[in-house]
Amino acid sequence: MTLIAILIPVTLLLAGCGLWGFFWAVRTGQFDDLESPGWEILIDERMPAAATSMPTPSPEPPG
Amino acid sequence: MSESATECFHCGEALAGRPPLWVDLQDSRVPVCCPGCRAAAQLIGELGLDDFYRFRTVPSAKPVPSTDEWSAYDDPQLQDTLTSIDERGRAAVLTIDGMTCAACSWLVTRSLQQIEGVVQASVNTATGRARIVWDARARLSSLLQVISDLGYRPQLMTASNAGAQVKDERRALLKRLAVAGFGMMQVTMFAVAMYAGELQGMEADVRTYLRLVSLLVATPVMLYGGWPYFSGAVQAVARRSVTMDVPVSLGLLLAYTASVFDTWRHAGEVYFDSVTMFIFFLTVARYVEMVARHRSTQVSDALSRMLPATAHRLVLEPEGEVVRSVAVTQLQTGDRVLVRAGEVVPADGEIIDGATLFDESMLSGESLAVARGCGERATAGTLNVGSPVRVRVTAAGRATILASIVALLNRAQAERPRITRAGDRLASRFLIRVLVGATLVCAFWSVMDPSRAFDATLAVLVVACPCAFSLATLVAVASANAALARRGVLVTNADAIEGLAKVTRVVFDKTGTLTNGRMSVAACTPRGTLTANHCMNIAAALEVGSEHPLARAFGNTPQGGLEATQVRVVAGGGVAGAVDGRDYRIGTRAFVAGLDRGPAASDAGDSDAAIYLASRDGVLAAFTVADAPRPESAAAVGSIRDLGLGIEILSGDSLAAVRRVALHCGVDTFSARQSPSDKLERVRALTAQGEFIAMVGDGINDAPVLGGAGVSIAMSRGSALTLAGADLILVGDSLQALPGAFVLARRATRVIRQNLVWAAAYNLTAMPLAAIGWVPPWVAAIGMSLSSMVVVLNSLRLIRGVPALVAGVGPAAAITAASVAPQPALQGISS
Repeated sequence: MTLIAILIPVTLLLAGCGLWGFFWAVRTGQFDDLESPGWEILIDERMPAAATSMPTPSPEPPG
Repeated sequence: MSESATECFHCGEALAGRPPLWVDLQDSRVPVCCPGCRAAAQLIGELGLDDFYRFRTVPSAKPVPSTDEWSAYDDPQLQDTLTSIDERGRAAVLTIDGMTCAACSWLVTRSLQQIEGVVQASVNTATGRARIVWDARARLSSLLQVISDLGYRPQLMTASNAGAQVKDERRALLKRLAVAGFGMMQVTMFAVAMYAGELQGMEADVRTYLRLVSLLVATPVMLYGGWPYFSGAVQAVARRSVTMDVPVSLGLLLAYTASVFDTWRHAGEVYFDSVTMFIFFLTVARYVEMVARHRSTQVSDALSRMLPATAHRLVLEPEGEVVRSVAVTQLQTGDRVLVRAGEVVPADGEIIDGATLFDESMLSGESLAVARGCGERATAGTLNVGSPVRVRVTAAGRATILASIVALLNRAQAERPRITRAGDRLASRFLIRVLVGATLVCAFWSVMDPSRAFDATLAVLVVACPCAFSLATLVAVASANAALARRGVLVTNADAIEGLAKVTRVVFDKTGTLTNGRMSVAACTPRGTLTANHCMNIAAALEVGSEHPLARAFGNTPQGGLEATQVRVVAGGGVAGAVDGRDYRIGTRAFVAGLDRGPAASDAGDSDAAIYLASRDGVLAAFTVADAPRPESAAAVGSIRDLGLGIEILSGDSLAAVRRVALHCGVDTFSARQSPSDKLERVRALTAQGEFIAMVGDGINDAPVLGGAGVSIAMSRGSALTLAGADLILVGDSLQALPGAFVLARRATRVIRQNLVWAAAYNLTAMPLAAIGWVPPWVAAIGMSLSSMVVVLNSLRLIRGVPALVAGVGPAAAITAASVAPQPALQGISS
């Protein structure tokens, strides 16, 4: 009895912390877009050396 | 890159033999289908953002050539109404049309961030909205121009409706879901301990402690997580109607108050675990439904998306008439505007100068452009495919014909046949009987043995909790929605699944639904010595500069470096010109005969769009130009007929064009020249005969009839207005997924019926036992949770068995194939 008297409030406290964390995440927009941020990390590393050569369209295919 | 390009690198559209254009990216050269795609791909290359093509999962939307002059948006007065002042500069929220996957939002973000003066740019893929903050170094018009050049369509949102409602709803429901989820896990843990204690003995104070803790956790779940159901029930009762919320709320309240009462009197049984589990399942189903709903656009946005963002207003200045670029919202009746070739008419009006051709296919379903001259009307939302005209505005904004179609849509939706949910009716009828039964049981035991009256009555009420009943429909529908989404059918209305299974007749629109919605060369019959291919190239070379809608069927560039000189366009006739030093004419039979020395006896010129190519030696080829049926139309229509459904075509196009498509698809019943209200009338008549109609369409002219049909299905590339009113959207812009959707909907209704039968059987066997006092309340509580679980698990079968639904290639496979296709090219680049 003493054991659960202590442990249950502890679990409730932890669950409360988790819930608070989730609310914080929702409030700060962490769940607003679940797709795009995942891509950014993949692509950031290859950020371009900007446009150096100006591509031009060509009316015919390369040889 | 191989020379035998078969599809556009940018939009993934099949080139179908047309010669591609070529664009140099940073380390490769890629084929594209049209100048729009070329401009977009070229800009992406110039910005150094080629990675977009590597990471996207869906081909891009085909860029619509934009003629908007965004400079109108630099007007400070207009900016004040559309933007807000941020501490770092000005901020605006825009919707961006044409974003197909997460890589698109990355592309837009990166491109904007490279502009000097942009402080912050964030794009949300899920909602298609972007927030941009910029300072004095950047101009709003240049930001909008970049987005537009990339092939997307930006639209400024007024500060008030910046999608806050959608965001708030999503956030609120997520929080409720979290509270219910956390609460359910905790309470179930305590419940397991209490069930174990019930079997092997437990000290009374430990049990009371566990009950109190359960009460503590279940209360916020009940009050916060269950709030939407309670408020929904109160509203329904106030309206004197019974929705699902009513039995749900009653069941929740009964179980919860009984548990609180038992906790307080240290006797009986508690049902906190059932309460929390029930709320959690309900909230999950509601969340799935909300996500699908948010993906479809709102009707209110849709109207503005059909119109251009800017217009050219003609203003009289002392030095003469000048053209001013203004936002389309600033137009007023009496204004005179210039509508150049290739532009969308910004408001209803009367042509005061010039004559041109209008492509009204989105409004009327007619696939051929119509000629309009001085004094005739120009309708907002139609495309000017001829020459520049001046138009005097007679109606702008909400007064236009376009807006009246929106109004028709809204009315049709309000009067549509209601799909009553099977579960709703059953649950409420059942609930009334339970309440009567419980009163009888209570009365009976009060007379026979008052000490057992409370326990027995409580057991009856708990056993009869309509949880399984309510979940039976909700979870099955949510699972079916998820399964359909995987197959490329987006469900935006929770009632659509049950409606789809009831359908007896499917009505198709023609232009853009059964057909591709644009002119292409359907047949090329050589009449001379040249091959069909060579004739096509000569024709393309001659037509390259022509704006005539039929000329576009020949593609945009000739292959093999053919170039036409001395090109002369003859109105109402065709084009004359020289290719490789030889004279050619292309156009009507009479026109080409002028060049030809002695034309052969008149051929069967029956087709509604026959074009001839001739040289001095005679007619070289005859082309049939038509709006070709989609490759999958006939097969999809056939599969739907095999399901035992009636098929019908309602089109605004000419009889000949409709008949050809009907023959191709094997449809006997079709009507041509139907106005939006004619279509609606026809569907209503069919409904009155007892048919349940599913309408498939894409254009604005289909929007009202879609709204009035039992179930409405829209093509994903349809007008924003159509998408907004649709119950289901075919995401891959292909009819292939449609037969499978009907099959899945029927399976879903079978599952719903099984669920209801199970719930009823459980309740009917358990209730008499509870009434005679044979069911201890704790068994009743476990039974209640178990019956809900059975229903949930049965419904989840719908998601699992997806691929085996329909034989043949599913739409998901088609989409994957399209997105995978560019990859061999990319691998070639990287190796």
